[in-house]
Amino acid sequence: MKNTDISDPQYFHKVVDCQYACPAHTPVPEYIRMIAAGRYGDAYMVNWKSNVFPGILGRTCDRPCEPACRRVRVEEEPVAICRLKRVAADFKEDVTARMPKPPQHRNGKRIALVGGGPASLTVARDLAPLGYSVTVFDADKKVGGMIRTQIPKFRLPDSVIDEETNYVLDLGVDFRGGQRIDSMKALLAQDWDAIFVGTGAPRGRDLDLPGRKEAAANIHIGIDWLSSVSFGHITKIGRRVIVLGGGNTAMDCCRSSRRLGGEEVQVVVRSGFDEMKASPWEKEDAQHEGIPIHNFLVPKEFTHDNGKLTGVVFEKVKAEFDAKGRRKLVNAGEPDQHFPCDDVLVAVGQENAFPWIERDAGIDFDEWNMPKVDKVTFQSSNRKVFFGGDAAFGPKNIIWAVAHGHEAAVSIDKMLNGEDIADRPMPAVEVMSQKMGIHEWSYDNQIDLDKRYKVPHRDLGIALKDIKSEVELGFDVELALKEAGRCLNCDVQTVFNAPLCIECDACVDICPMDCITFTQNGEEAELRTRLTAPALNLTQDLYVQDGLKTGRAMIKDEDVCLHCGLCAERCPTGAWDMQKYLLEMTHAGSSCRPPRRSAA
Amino acid sequence: MTYLAKPKFHHPNLPKNELGYTHRDYEGTVSTLCAGCGHDSITAAIIQACFELSIEPHRVAKISGIGCSSKTPTYFLGNSHGFNSVHGRMPSVVTGANLANRDLIYLGVSGDGDSASIGFGQFAHALRRGVNMTYIVENNGVYGLTKGQFSATADRGSKSKRGVVNTDNSIDLAAIALQLGASFVARSFSGDKQQLVPIIKAAIAHKGAAFIDIISPCVAFNNHAGSTKSFDFVREHNEAVNRLDVISSRMPIEVKYDPGTVEIVEQHDGSTIALRKLDADYQVHDRAAAQGFLQQHAARGQIVTGLLYVEKDADDLHSSLDTVDTPLNALNEKELCPGQAALDKFNASMR
Repeated sequence: MKNTDISDPQYFHKVVDCQYACPAHTPVPEYIRMIAAGRYGDAYMVNWKSNVFPGILGRTCDRPCEPACRRVRVEEEPVAICRLKRVAADFKEDVTARMPKPPQHRNGKRIALVGGGPASLTVARDLAPLGYSVTVFDADKKVGGMIRTQIPKFRLPDSVIDEETNYVLDLGVDFRGGQRIDSMKALLAQDWDAIFVGTGAPRGRDLDLPGRKEAAANIHIGIDWLSSVSFGHITKIGRRVIVLGGGNTAMDCCRSSRRLGGEEVQVVVRSGFDEMKASPWEKEDAQHEGIPIHNFLVPKEFTHDNGKLTGVVFEKVKAEFDAKGRRKLVNAGEPDQHFPCDDVLVAVGQENAFPWIERDAGIDFDEWNMPKVDKVTFQSSNRKVFFGGDAAFGPKNIIWAVAHGHEAAVSIDKMLNGEDIADRPMPAVEVMSQKMGIHEWSYDNQIDLDKRYKVPHRDLGIALKDIKSEVELGFDVELALKEAGRCLNCDVQTVFNAPLCIECDACVDICPMDCITFTQNGEEAELRTRLTAPALNLTQDLYVQDGLKTGRAMIKDEDVCLHCGLCAERCPTGAWDMQKYLLEMTHAGSSCRPPRRSAA
Repeated sequence: MTYLAKPKFHHPNLPKNELGYTHRDYEGTVSTLCAGCGHDSITAAIIQACFELSIEPHRVAKISGIGCSSKTPTYFLGNSHGFNSVHGRMPSVVTGANLANRDLIYLGVSGDGDSASIGFGQFAHALRRGVNMTYIVENNGVYGLTKGQFSATADRGSKSKRGVVNTDNSIDLAAIALQLGASFVARSFSGDKQQLVPIIKAAIAHKGAAFIDIISPCVAFNNHAGSTKSFDFVREHNEAVNRLDVISSRMPIEVKYDPGTVEIVEQHDGSTIALRKLDADYQVHDRAAAQGFLQQHAARGQIVTGLLYVEKDADDLHSSLDTVDTPLNALNEKELCPGQAALDKFNASMR
């Protein structure tokens, strides 16, 4: 294998599994260390810079970082990264003075953002301080988009949304609430310098089954129903409720029903329990509230008594796999089942809808009726129009919308400065030794064996009485400190300097995870089999450095390294060093644009 | 040294031996020796050897004297018996322990000061009596604990860290062990675990006095230009006569070798050593030839490593003394004091 090029920012970025998995690439270990040090405001600002909504995401994020966490591979449960983010938001001091100020001078460029959700607000956050005149349009009176309308208040209180959306609006952003954009052509005619579409995936899928029309009064589309609940238009539901669907929206529907008079709330899904789209912790929370989840049941018919819904008939199915391993649901040969109920909530997915974009407005759509959007620049076929969030590539989640927003803002900023938007900026990288003394490091390198701590919940009896009462109480300072201690500091990298090595084997002997091998170099596939411990996880790289006196190479399997620094402590010559690797994505602004040659 | 305990987490795919243990289960507490010490590599090799042999830790007694080397038993086999004895007195303690309980596996760990100076006589007599043990000398040619004076194994003409030339002749412990009748003699290097681990395994399996001289560079005081016990010098002057594979009695011999290059040596416990010859003329069962070979190469400044000598059908002290098979410490009062009648009968036979 060739020598690993650690000057390539992606090499060590990949080792920081959580940050690499995060769409916005938030420097997770960096802010967790700050939380452990009680520096909540600093931890909040690291987050805010990267993901704009730390308090909101700390309660609602789909947390792609957690399954990636190295702790899963060396222990079992990941660090509670998401809930530590909330700790930063909960315990921070007043940070308003640390926020960017509205610009003194405008640059004369006008940007229209359609939709007031996380994607648009991220674009606004990135562009407004640079001097752009940013206008956000939303059909709702209040800003926030799906964050405000679709996430139940018992998971995310309004006060958190208000605080974090205001940080953005206070940058001098013009928010036009209650102003729906119904025509792209009309918008284009207003001669904006750039338009960003962040309208989400606002249409809930329906189920066209017998009885649907007749019993319509008690059959509701999940996301529409959730937003009506959110605005207080709906305050009650029947005693017996069936929720169809297995995603996170279905979980929000069933838990909301429990708080609005639903005593017998049941979730019914087509697939198996394990294949449900809902995050495992959301399923757990629903079950904890006494909501059973029935699986392998396909809805066939809504039964009704002269238009009054009486229940749903299901066909029992089982999963069969064909020769190619594709799953098919086939009749299980059991009699159909009838679930009596008073109301049905349909949460079987949502889709994009662009009725307001005229198909001759100069924006190309594909065969699935989705706008053609560049995956890197987020530009549509109209060079002035950009898409992001769920509006770009279909339903995902908030953190993806934020990531899209940052990239679209970079594109808009570069375009309006006359640059090639396909030329993307490199991330900013800082690498620094953490050595403080012979056995002293600037980070806590003692490995805690603690299991993951649970976030305290409000007493169920109280929580179910009030739909606005937040269920999760968040970690207190003590629990947060313990949970933060579980972080392995994967951003403090083991850096090897071959010319200093005397091949004494001290690092090999002390490494608790058998990560390090000194051996003859070879081809990767074969090399992986003859390391101190076989390197079977192909998603994790081997760190290779040759040039040793005996002609061997140092091979380190990054897979389960605890970043404990014992190799560096044991090294008599300083060939190993622990160096913190801080990677921050480059957002819109002068650093995303290459320096211009000056006239002088 | 490190202040941190080694984290308990281990690699998820760590192999387990026949007892269900990983090599991590054979560790002791974390080493307090200098970072990079060769002795820590020997510790790791002992851990690996015991793991591969599936030794039950409670069947091992590790006994040492005084010195950097003699501290190391704390760092391996944390669940075994241990005795940190007086300076140079490890061999007598092993001899006594072995006589009292012949069922344990005895690991005697010593250094060049402990065995070649203050305990030279002890070293000699344990070997000539054939105490069934593995006698390991962690040989760095220097008194590390007292800041770098030459030890008795430092080569004449080699230089100390401060540039002083050694004018005394050196003791070659392996050569003396051969002369004293040790039935297993090997030399190895802490920086070559591929050679060292099988040698330790073979020594543990050997019945009789097995002696291993392990050159172990002292990174603090004896790893400089002018030293003959440094990593660089040993690597450059290493003359390995053979490589070993130890095959346990429970496993069939499946390894294939080119004919003529391998000698199979049966061990007392039923295991087998496959000796891959690196020097075609080297005769591993010829004590006198081995002595000559060592001296010729030492004169040329070469360090001969590998299994230097192994005696076929070796015996130990218990055979010479014709003791009972039951460990003496397991004999109870009835067997030890058979009564007046038995004594009278015995006395009568002596008249």
